[in-house]
Amino acid sequence: MPVQVTSEVVGLRRTGAYHHLTLLAPGIPEATRPGHFVAIAVGGEGSGMLLRRAFSIHRVTPGGPAGGTVEVVFATHGKGTRWLADRRRGDKLDVIGPLGRPFTLPKEPVACVLVAGGYGAAPLFMLSEALRARGCRVDMILGAATEDRLFGVLEAKRSSASVTVTTDDGSAGIRGRVTDPLAEIVRASDADVVYACGPMPMLASVAAVAADTGAHSQCAVEESMACGIGVCMTCVLPVQGVDGTTRMVRSCTDGPVFRGSDVRWADVGTVPAGTLGAPVAGGH
Amino acid sequence: MTVHTPVPGPGAVDMSSALGRLVMPDPVLTASGCAAAGRELAPFLDLRAIGAVVTKSIMLEPRSGRPTPRMAETPSGMVNSIGLQGPGIEEFIAKDLRWLRERGIRTVVSIAGGSVQEYQKLAQRLRHEPGIAALEVNISCPNVESRGQVFACDPFSAGSVVQVVRRHSAPDVPVLAKLSPDVTDIVAIAKSVLDAGADGVSLINTLLGMVIDPDTMRPTLGGMTGGLSGPAIRPVAVRAVWQVHAAFPRVPILGMGGIRTGQDAFEFLLAGASAVSVGTAVFNDPHAPARISAELRDILAARGFASLSDAVGLGHTMQARHVAARDARRAAQEDTP
Repeated sequence: MPVQVTSEVVGLRRTGAYHHLTLLAPGIPEATRPGHFVAIAVGGEGSGMLLRRAFSIHRVTPGGPAGGTVEVVFATHGKGTRWLADRRRGDKLDVIGPLGRPFTLPKEPVACVLVAGGYGAAPLFMLSEALRARGCRVDMILGAATEDRLFGVLEAKRSSASVTVTTDDGSAGIRGRVTDPLAEIVRASDADVVYACGPMPMLASVAAVAADTGAHSQCAVEESMACGIGVCMTCVLPVQGVDGTTRMVRSCTDGPVFRGSDVRWADVGTVPAGTLGAPVAGGH
Repeated sequence: MTVHTPVPGPGAVDMSSALGRLVMPDPVLTASGCAAAGRELAPFLDLRAIGAVVTKSIMLEPRSGRPTPRMAETPSGMVNSIGLQGPGIEEFIAKDLRWLRERGIRTVVSIAGGSVQEYQKLAQRLRHEPGIAALEVNISCPNVESRGQVFACDPFSAGSVVQVVRRHSAPDVPVLAKLSPDVTDIVAIAKSVLDAGADGVSLINTLLGMVIDPDTMRPTLGGMTGGLSGPAIRPVAVRAVWQVHAAFPRVPILGMGGIRTGQDAFEFLLAGASAVSVGTAVFNDPHAPARISAELRDILAARGFASLSDAVGLGHTMQARHVAARDARRAAQEDTP
């Protein structure tokens, strides 16, 4: 059950092109699972920016007399995230979490490949820890446009069986996309599951490669949200259900983690024909 | 109405509110389309304590809604183009309405249709469903039988919809018509729906808006245009409530449009609303309806109101007194040689 709390900024630092924010957020760490996110109000009381910004949870540290901490990693995209990047220690933020459906963990100690684009790596370290606690082998692929947009390479090296880095410009690791080495790594580790977080086109490619290699994929999507709690119907995407029917589902409450094979990646941003309740010729 | 003389000093305020036959212990409701069917707000808000949950407009059939992007943030507001995504009336009754009823949550069901007949079928289908405190008729939909003209923008179409809904729904369930501000004369539309049998009006729906992305140089929203909501539209809403209350002082008004604080809600009461809905503010703060109610109670108490109903429409009385006093002063000055 998510909670709405007034949380205190206890840390905010730059890491490469990103900002790493640590919040004292009583009640949230205990309930957080890998893949959950928080929704933060921006701009202060009475702000003209009404919509919450959603961030996947990087790490939680439960306990402590003042309550546990929640960490998120973000890039400055616009006014809201720039405001957030200007916070100081001791500032108060209105935070709701944990939200969404987390990653599903395998029951058996199977090999897993974790793939991230940019700061999409943030939620994968909690996941890696949970997987390794179950005896799973974890290989990671971290990609970004440029070296300063990579996140967590050192931490990945400490915690994974192997780490492969890709950049679009070749400034670090292999020049190319995360999906270039993916098939080979899945085969080499005989992985059963590919977990991914990053931009939509990357997730679409990861899901396709995973399907080709016979692995399951679990993708955490990044759709723009207004509320994060399931009331605004803004963050929808076309997802095929077990009954074969495509529905426009909310990435905040039905996701952000989806099975890669269920999302109609090529149709994201549209209402594909045949979707439940889609407009038909002649009107509704 | 009786002229209320504020008594200074705080005291217990009777916060009960009535919209015709719908009597609520609290004057703050959710707004249609901003609370889904209530369930998602339950972790943040005691849904039994607020005035009522106003559900997202439901249509006869399941509806996918529009493509994304569906939302753009604007100064003190947002533009949305959801396109009435919903499960259709049958699933709504079986799941959402049942969930609300089982918890004893006062529920105002918002209905929407593409033709007069669709509204009629919705009213008939809901007629014998228990647990409906009121119907809110969302008439800001294109009429497929009239070249897509929005019902709310034409007095005849607006009246036709309300007439069939009133005729085919349970007689003891109040019918509120939700009006669009995108009209030349909202009082004329209000007259039409009241003549057609509406028990009250909900003011206002969103304003039609558009945002163009400077990077792509084309409209941001998948549906191109969308509804503007949030504090940016509050003065438009207050004006609409004021005008309709001035024309029909005894008609119950559910006021909405950018309400974010108790003071905002107070403004709507003064303009003539008997209760208020909180919409976009819920996206920012899911606890907002309860917070706004508490802030409103404190404002009323500080100003010495014994009862919330004493503030309804008081702005008109105060303005009339102000004008009378000014005229008396002028007359006195003219009499002085």
